[in-house]
Amino acid sequence: MSIWEYANPKKFMQTSAWALPWAVALTVALLVTGLVWGFFFTPDDYKQGSTVKIIYLHVPSAMMAINAWAMMLVASMIWIVRRHHVSALAAKAAAPVGLTFTLIALVTGALWGQPMWGTWWAWDPRLTSFLILCLFYLGYIALWSAIENPDTAADLTSILCLVGSVFALLSRYAVNFWNQGLHQGASLSLDKEENVADVFWLPLLVCIAGFILLFITMVLMRTRTEIRQRRLQALLARERVA
Amino acid sequence: MPELGKYAGAVIGSYVLAALLIAALVGLSLWQAARVKRALAEVEARQGEK
Amino acid sequence: MRALLIRDLRLALRSGGGFGLGLAFFLILAVLVPLGVGAEGGTLGRIAPGILWVGALLACLLSLDRIFALDHEDGSLDLLATSPLPLEGAVAMKALAHWLVTGLPLTLLAPGLGVLLNLAPPAYGWLALSLVLGTPTLSMVGAFGAALTVGLRRGGLLLSLLVLPLYVPTLIFGAEVVRRGAEGMALGTPLALLAAISLGAAALLPFAAAAALRVNLR
Repeated sequence: MSIWEYANPKKFMQTSAWALPWAVALTVALLVTGLVWGFFFTPDDYKQGSTVKIIYLHVPSAMMAINAWAMMLVASMIWIVRRHHVSALAAKAAAPVGLTFTLIALVTGALWGQPMWGTWWAWDPRLTSFLILCLFYLGYIALWSAIENPDTAADLTSILCLVGSVFALLSRYAVNFWNQGLHQGASLSLDKEENVADVFWLPLLVCIAGFILLFITMVLMRTRTEIRQRRLQALLARERVA
Repeated sequence: MPELGKYAGAVIGSYVLAALLIAALVGLSLWQAARVKRALAEVEARQGEK
Repeated sequence: MRALLIRDLRLALRSGGGFGLGLAFFLILAVLVPLGVGAEGGTLGRIAPGILWVGALLACLLSLDRIFALDHEDGSLDLLATSPLPLEGAVAMKALAHWLVTGLPLTLLAPGLGVLLNLAPPAYGWLALSLVLGTPTLSMVGAFGAALTVGLRRGGLLLSLLVLPLYVPTLIFGAEVVRRGAEGMALGTPLALLAAISLGAAALLPFAAAAALRVNLR
C-alpha cells in the first residue's frame, strides 16, 4: 500500500467516490458549526466591535489561498518528476478553488478594512501580495485553458507554477520592503503570546478546519470531473479514428 | 440575531459575499461535474453497443 | 552562439518596427505624463522614478512576443532545437538580443527623459544603474513567458498576464533605488537585491524557458 497507487485514475476514482460523501458531510458540519458559533455566539471585541466576526471568514480563506498554491506546487512537481496524470489534473482542479479563496480573503478584508482603517484598500504588503497571488492564479488558469493538448498544458502550467512560486516568494519580501503596513501581524502562531483571545480562537479553529475540508472536497470533486473529461475526450478521439 | 451595532453592514456584507463566492464555486463545479458525467455516460453507452 | 546573437540583432534592426516601437512608446509616455499630471510643483519630480520604471517595463512588454514568434513561424526554432547548440544557450542568446535592442536603448534614453520629468539631479546615475541591472531580468522573464506561449494564437494577451506578476519584484526594487537616489538616502539594499534577482534570473530562467520550448515543440 503506497500513496502512488492513487496515481492510477481508476483507483483514485474508486477511493474518492467512497471518500467524497464523508468529506462533504464533514465540510458542511464544520463550516456550519464554526460560522454559526462565530457569528451568533461570540462576544464583540472591545476595540473592533462586531467586525471581529469577519475573522472567521478572512483568516481561514487567506490561509487556504496560500496553501492551495502550495498544494498545486507539490502536485506540479509530482507531474514533472513522475508524470502521473492524476497529479496534474489535481493541480488544475485546485486552481479555481484557490482563486475563490483569494477573492474571499480580499473581499472580506476590504469590508473589514473600511470601518477599521477607513479605507477599502491600502497598498499594504499583505494586501499587495494577495493581489499578486490573485494575478498568479488568473495567469495559471488562463494558461491551462489556452492550450489544447492536455499533456502540453500540464507541462507548461507546471513549469509556470514552479517559476511562479519563486517569484511569489520574492514579491512577498519585495512588498514587505517597499511599504510598511497597516495590517496586523500573524493572528495565529504557536507561541501563545500574540494569539487572539480564547473566545475567538476556538470557533476560528473550527472554521479553519472547515475551510481545509472545503478545499479537499472541492479538489476531489473537480479532479473527478477532470478525469472523466479526459476519458471522454479519449473515447471521442477513438470514435473519430474508427 | 446578535447585536452587530454600527458595523452590521460590513459583517453581514462579508458573510453574504463569501457565501456567494463559495456558492458560485460549488455551483460551477457541480454543473461541470454533471455535464461531463452525462456526456461520458452517453459516449460509453454508444460505444458499448458496437 | 555568437552567430545566433548577431543574426538576431540583424533581424531586429532590419525589420525596424519591433524595437523602435518600444522606444517610441517610452518617449511618448514621458512626454504625455507631464501634460496629464501638470507641471507645477514637486509632484512630477516625486513620481518620476516610478513613471520611468513603469514606462521601461511596459515598453519591454510590447516586443516580448517577438522573441520566439517569428522564428517559430518560419520554422527556424525547430532547427535551433535540433542543432548541437544547447537550447538553454539559444534561449539566453535570444534574451540577450532582446535586451540589446530594447533594454539597452531604454537605459540610454531614460536619463534624457528624466530631464523632462524633473527628476532630481542625484538620481540620474542611479536611474541608469538600476535600469542596467534590472532590464536584463525583464528580457529574461519575458523570454520565459514567450517560451510558454509560443505556439498559441492570441498569445500576446496571455503573455502579458503571465509576465506581469513576475515583473513585480524587479519593478519594486528598481523604482525604490531611483526614489532613494533622488532623496539621497542609503540605497545599498534594494540595489543589491535588484542585482541578485537579475543574476538569479539569468542563471535559472534559461533552463525553465528551454524546458517550456521543448514541450511546445514536441
